[in-house]
Amino acid sequence: MPKNRFISQLISSFFDLAPILAVVIVFQVLIIRQPLPNVIELITGTCFVIIGLTLFIQGIELSLFPLGESMAYAFARKGSLFWLLFFAFCLGFGAAIAEPAVIIVAKKAAHIASLHHVIEATADAEMYYALGLRLTIALSVGLALLMGVFRLLKGWHVHYPIILVYTCIALISPFAPHHIIGIAYDSGGLATSTITVPLVTALGVGLATAIKGRNPMTDGFGLVVLASLTPIIFVMLYGIII
Amino acid sequence: MNEILSQLGLNLFNTCRDFFPIAVVLIGFQFVVIRKPLTNPRKIITGFIFVLLGLVFFLQGLDLALFPIGKLMASQLTTPEFLGTQSRDTTLTWLTYAGVYSFAASIGFAAALAEPSLLAVALKAEQISGGTIKAWGLRLAVAIGFGFGLALGTFRIITGTELYIFIIIGFIIAIFQTLFAHKSIIGVAFDSGTVTTTLVTVPLVSALGEGLAQAIPNRNPLLDGFGLLAFASLFPVIAVLGYAQIAQWLSNHSFLSKP
Repeated sequence: MPKNRFISQLISSFFDLAPILAVVIVFQVLIIRQPLPNVIELITGTCFVIIGLTLFIQGIELSLFPLGESMAYAFARKGSLFWLLFFAFCLGFGAAIAEPAVIIVAKKAAHIASLHHVIEATADAEMYYALGLRLTIALSVGLALLMGVFRLLKGWHVHYPIILVYTCIALISPFAPHHIIGIAYDSGGLATSTITVPLVTALGVGLATAIKGRNPMTDGFGLVVLASLTPIIFVMLYGIII
Repeated sequence: MNEILSQLGLNLFNTCRDFFPIAVVLIGFQFVVIRKPLTNPRKIITGFIFVLLGLVFFLQGLDLALFPIGKLMASQLTTPEFLGTQSRDTTLTWLTYAGVYSFAASIGFAAALAEPSLLAVALKAEQISGGTIKAWGLRLAVAIGFGFGLALGTFRIITGTELYIFIIIGFIIAIFQTLFAHKSIIGVAFDSGTVTTTLVTVPLVSALGEGLAQAIPNRNPLLDGFGLLAFASLFPVIAVLGYAQIAQWLSNHSFLSKP
């Protein structure tokens, strides 16, 4: 591993975090004017975040990105619709299950559910609820990718599925239990935070490049948005059922 | 120190378990369906190890820094001393919390403007549109949309309005814009709404929401803390579609006014 590449990645991770730190520091110094508690812990944590981001992004570029893209090519060349759609589903499902943001918030959501007596207030019940929520989100991301790839193959415009999904969300919202709505609406943003986005973009652009008559510029986009909207519907349904 | 190390060990175990499915999917398909050996197995294995270690450090840092910062800012910006009122019982209007809105807006604006994946999307959009849409204009639009969305989201937490009313109105606006927008830009616009929810912004924003709901009287911290992310991923879309329309209108206009 070339050392200087690692260092340059380290610097760019720092710049990812810098604007947020700058805003926080400006507010602390100019507006709140109170000493920060646990400064050492905050600094250690920030360093951990920077190191973590660096390793993570470097790792993704080495493994997930090339793997996802080369597989998208391979499947497009194979020409089997079934395997391509199956692969898209599994990719979405696997990525969303592994997404760290989903894991964190699913735990929180399970805690809320137990406080509202939706489930029993035991650690086991919470764990199963959180797992169920993660599986729901993963299932919907998988379905979204399946839908998105199908659209890409057919060459339909991206706004048809989007409007369809929006309408579904608007129709289901009034019937969903109060405690699930916030989590459901947030789940879309959660599902598309780190692992899913690069993989899905790689899939979309790879497919659009490999299929004749598709423009990677215009057709490659629009997969991620489906992956971020579909979980909203399914998490609300999960809340209605449980 | 020991505590942090044991925490790291536990995180490593959990991360391996969470990351397992995606690795199985990719490698399984490679061997079972494509039936070709990996082109560069050593590189890919190194990559996977990096991803695992990165996640372990990141999750630990999240608990130590990003979560506490979000909650701390929310509580500090809503203390009676900061608001300049005697106690929390006095009637506070939503205007009292101006500090919260400006913090939320600044965080959203700064984070979006510095987001590297947004830069990549913006450059692609500039190419697609043949220069009608400028990369910096698109980034500015996303940043404004993200900042405005977060500020509106904190406003909702403070006033306690129903979440879905805001979101459905936002959906309706976005659908109308979609009907009138140029077809090639729609995919980019919708995807740019999702690039703002990154591994850095998600925990910070959700901690901010939770902290706010804890600090504001009569809010249920567990219920009202959610929903900020929904705003964060919807409003950039509206802003980008709006910007695309304005840019298109301007370029048509200048084209027509030329002799």
